Amino acid sequence: MTGEKEVNSNSFYQFLGEKKLMASRCKKCHALYLPPHPICIKCYGSDMEWVQMKGDGKLAAFTVIAVGPTCVVAEGYDRNNPYLVGIVKLDEGPKICGRIQGIDARSPEKIKVGTPVKIEFPEQTAGKRSYLVFKAH
Amino acid sequence: MSRKAGKLGRGVALVGAGMSKFGSFADKTTRDLFVEAYSAMVKTVDKGMETRDIQSIYVGNFSSDLFEGQGHIAPIMADWIGLVPKPATRVEAACASGGLALRQAVIAVASGLYDIVLASGTEKMTNLPTERVTDTLASASDILYEACCGFTFPGLYAAIASAYMDKYGATPEDFMRVGIKNHRNGALNPKAQFNSSIRDIMNARIEKAKQKGQPVPNWKEELDFLRDPQANPIVAWPMRLFDCSPITDGAACLLLVAEDLAQNFSSKPIYIIGSGHGSDHALHEREELTSINSARVAAQEAYAMAGVKPQDIQIAEVHDCFTIAELVASEDLGFFKPGEGYKATREGVTARDGAKPINTSGGLKAKGHPVGASGIGQVVEIWHQMRAEAGQRQVPGKDIRLALTHNVGATGGTCVVHIFNRR
Repeated sequence: MTGEKEVNSNSFYQFLGEKKLMASRCKKCHALYLPPHPICIKCYGSDMEWVQMKGDGKLAAFTVIAVGPTCVVAEGYDRNNPYLVGIVKLDEGPKICGRIQGIDARSPEKIKVGTPVKIEFPEQTAGKRSYLVFKAH
Repeated sequence: MSRKAGKLGRGVALVGAGMSKFGSFADKTTRDLFVEAYSAMVKTVDKGMETRDIQSIYVGNFSSDLFEGQGHIAPIMADWIGLVPKPATRVEAACASGGLALRQAVIAVASGLYDIVLASGTEKMTNLPTERVTDTLASASDILYEACCGFTFPGLYAAIASAYMDKYGATPEDFMRVGIKNHRNGALNPKAQFNSSIRDIMNARIEKAKQKGQPVPNWKEELDFLRDPQANPIVAWPMRLFDCSPITDGAACLLLVAEDLAQNFSSKPIYIIGSGHGSDHALHEREELTSINSARVAAQEAYAMAGVKPQDIQIAEVHDCFTIAELVASEDLGFFKPGEGYKATREGVTARDGAKPINTSGGLKAKGHPVGASGIGQVVEIWHQMRAEAGQRQVPGKDIRLALTHNVGATGGTCVVHIFNRR
């Protein structure tokens, strides 16, 4: 089924809407890409397939943002209500950016690199651009 | 089938360098700042120059489109200084636009196509409110996979800082020390946006509190002031306000000529003997989060071209858009081993009177960061220092013959490194 979708960002976000975190994999050298690359940038093969990630990983880097862009300010975040974003290293290998929930963003000095996280699929508001959400457990 | 390149077709000399004042100028547009920078540059050409002799102009500019609603600015800059109908090229590489404009100018002269070229950069950022500046800068990251979840530019560098602290044991105070050092240098630079040390700023706040009859803060050291969340609020933890370069208006210009013409223009020309340029993936796709590979690639190319080693470089202007960025840069350039940059800063090695002075201009932190102009502004400082014309902030006790500039676009999608020599 998933093989029918073209390997591009639009498909990636469609899958996300279906609660699937999908990476692309080169059929020739098996390199794994998240975000999905349509061409293998290691062996230059162009025969790619979709692979579903389990969504488990660890925080590789993070920050608590007090001064956000307009789209996040519109969500109600500001200096008094900062938000946490991070780079998550998935168990399968690739790293990806996402919003991090389930950790107190007001105490950033207590947050540790290496904290285990799992992907969440919150209901997306129609018309809003999607992004990845991970939750600490 | 890759062939070894790495040499310029002919030598390139720098014979003039000038910048506008960097700061926030509500009454000026890009073109006004550009004319100010050009006029400052013309005055530095020892033996004089004629505008009509300039054969081509390269303008580094990130986003006049979004900052001012003005696209296609290269011909306008050319027109305002009297260069039309000469070829005018805009170069965009986010915050490395200026450095890359310089590289394009170097290549143009080295190729033999032109003998006399203007390399420049300009940005007018303060027209927009802060959150829209944040949006505009975020457009230099990967909007599909980085900016969408709320990552800002300070946020991406803060993430690098979190990984750096975890890996090497650095603390937020180690980042603050970079800001303290660069503000001390900026205090000696009349063109800097922050022409004041952290201590000056701290004392002014204390004075103000006294005058207004408010409680007087109990700051003794500059670090006390920087640790105070009221005085130095978090922007993106662990990056606080004084870890971030400011929003700046400014422009800078350099005159490059073929080596054999240098003496016609200048009694003390500076030669550009190394030029390097690299690219990188988005931050999350990199193996390493605490090093910027494009910087390593660019530095290797520049060092090989110049035939020098990191330890030979006497001073450097590096891209300290955030304090963590200076530490990473000092390691990527090979000045210090990975994880040793913060220790060197702690020990004063990178101070103006240290063994390896970094950002004697005040850096982007204190001098200001008009993004497209910054890479050219760095070279203006090198020009003054190498000619022993930097006044109060002249590096003491060094005859500077080898210097380096390092200019990064975004989190390292682009990096450009140049090496300069005075014979």
